[in-house]
Amino acid sequence: MAVIIALFLGGAAGYLGTLMLSQRMALVAGPLGHLTLPGIALALIFHFDVSLGAFPFVILGVFFIWLFEMNTKLPMEALTAVVFATGVAITFLFLPEEKTVPALIGDISQINFPATLGSVILSGGVFLVTKRIYPEMALAGISEDLAKAQRINVKRNHFLYLLCIALIVALGVRIVGGLLTAALMAIPACTARNLSVNLVQYSYRGFFFGSLSCILGMVVFQFTNLPIGPLIVIASAILFLISLFFRR
Amino acid sequence: MAGAILTVKNLNVAFDGEEVIKDLTFEVQERETLIILGPNGAGKTTLLRTLIGLNPYSGEIFWNTRRINYLPPQELVQRKGLLPLSVGEFFGFKKVSSEKVSNIFLDVGLDPSLLRRRFGAVSTGQFQRMLIAWALVDQPKVLLFDEPTSGIDIGGQETIYSLLHRFWRDWDLTILLVTHDLNVVWEHASNVLCLNKKSVCYGEPREVITPKTLEEIYGTGIKFYEHKHK
Repeated sequence: MAVIIALFLGGAAGYLGTLMLSQRMALVAGPLGHLTLPGIALALIFHFDVSLGAFPFVILGVFFIWLFEMNTKLPMEALTAVVFATGVAITFLFLPEEKTVPALIGDISQINFPATLGSVILSGGVFLVTKRIYPEMALAGISEDLAKAQRINVKRNHFLYLLCIALIVALGVRIVGGLLTAALMAIPACTARNLSVNLVQYSYRGFFFGSLSCILGMVVFQFTNLPIGPLIVIASAILFLISLFFRR
Repeated sequence: MAGAILTVKNLNVAFDGEEVIKDLTFEVQERETLIILGPNGAGKTTLLRTLIGLNPYSGEIFWNTRRINYLPPQELVQRKGLLPLSVGEFFGFKKVSSEKVSNIFLDVGLDPSLLRRRFGAVSTGQFQRMLIAWALVDQPKVLLFDEPTSGIDIGGQETIYSLLHRFWRDWDLTILLVTHDLNVVWEHASNVLCLNKKSVCYGEPREVITPKTLEEIYGTGIKFYEHKHK
């Protein structure tokens, strides 16, 4: 079941991550992961699925970031720092010490059949939605006016894109925790960027390296019993380092 | 017989309470080249963007066609820090056949092999021709250009305007164009709309472009010499 999640969730995360680089949101991914911590904490304390706990907090966090951006005109990176730091601080007011590690870096023992099925369906949904909006968002990244002149609904696409990020972050906390979800998206995208000369290569290689990182992390976990979240991220980072030698 | 392809009545546009365009009324006929002239901050870009629905407004805008394409100034089109996008993939956003894309490239004087190049990894002149090709590839009836020669040298500017003129002539296009260049007005405009938040003049260049109207548009200190040559 873990391998199935790796394929779908890792792949969808990497694919979505390729779009994040172009939207200059790679730096936002980390704080969004941290925003899940209060929800994870509640899930661990009251024994329900961590993704169910994480999702509403990511949505709430994204809402507050958007609200503050509308009212203050401060850059998104600064507002994200405000919101996520507050979320992390609140978490550690009530999170029991013995739950800290699973909250921060995930716990694969949480994965059961319903969680796997849910992850597969939602990851598949994220992939399909991202695929649908990908060309329109790529054009909006070149020029929002060009995209709007083509009657592209830029605001709707941006909303769907943020929703996909929230879903992937909420699903990803199961295996990599609140601290490392950004790496699921950003590092495979960077690896793909080094090895691609056009958009098709870039987006699908992001999917490939996202899946591969998760599978490699799980393979090493089987032999070492070290925490799987950090292993996935390290595998992803090693793939990125290798890609530097084959940069195109 | 050509009719009005665009009718604008009592157009007002304001941002944060500040009036940018005030009570503007004009009409554009089919196959006309309307040049919008005015100083910085006159509302020229705002007008073009409002005409294609990118800004809220009060008043009336009526288009007699939906086949309208718009090109913003080149400096507002990102060329760096993008996804690894090829020129061909950029044209793929338009959902037209590769044959049409190749043909339009030849029409604007570009080699179709450029389609394999990275978007942005072309010269400024090639990039502008590429944008013009992008605006033309799906055969619009109306083109809105905002300063199509910004960032291009004088020789390149003449080439771009000659190119636009050729398409206007051969494709029965209607063109609305923002420029600072009075030469373009004399050489290419059917009508000129002089703008400084409100309409200062509208009509044929020879009738409405006078020292007085130029002074009204740009302020004092304008000297006006008409260079007559064969």
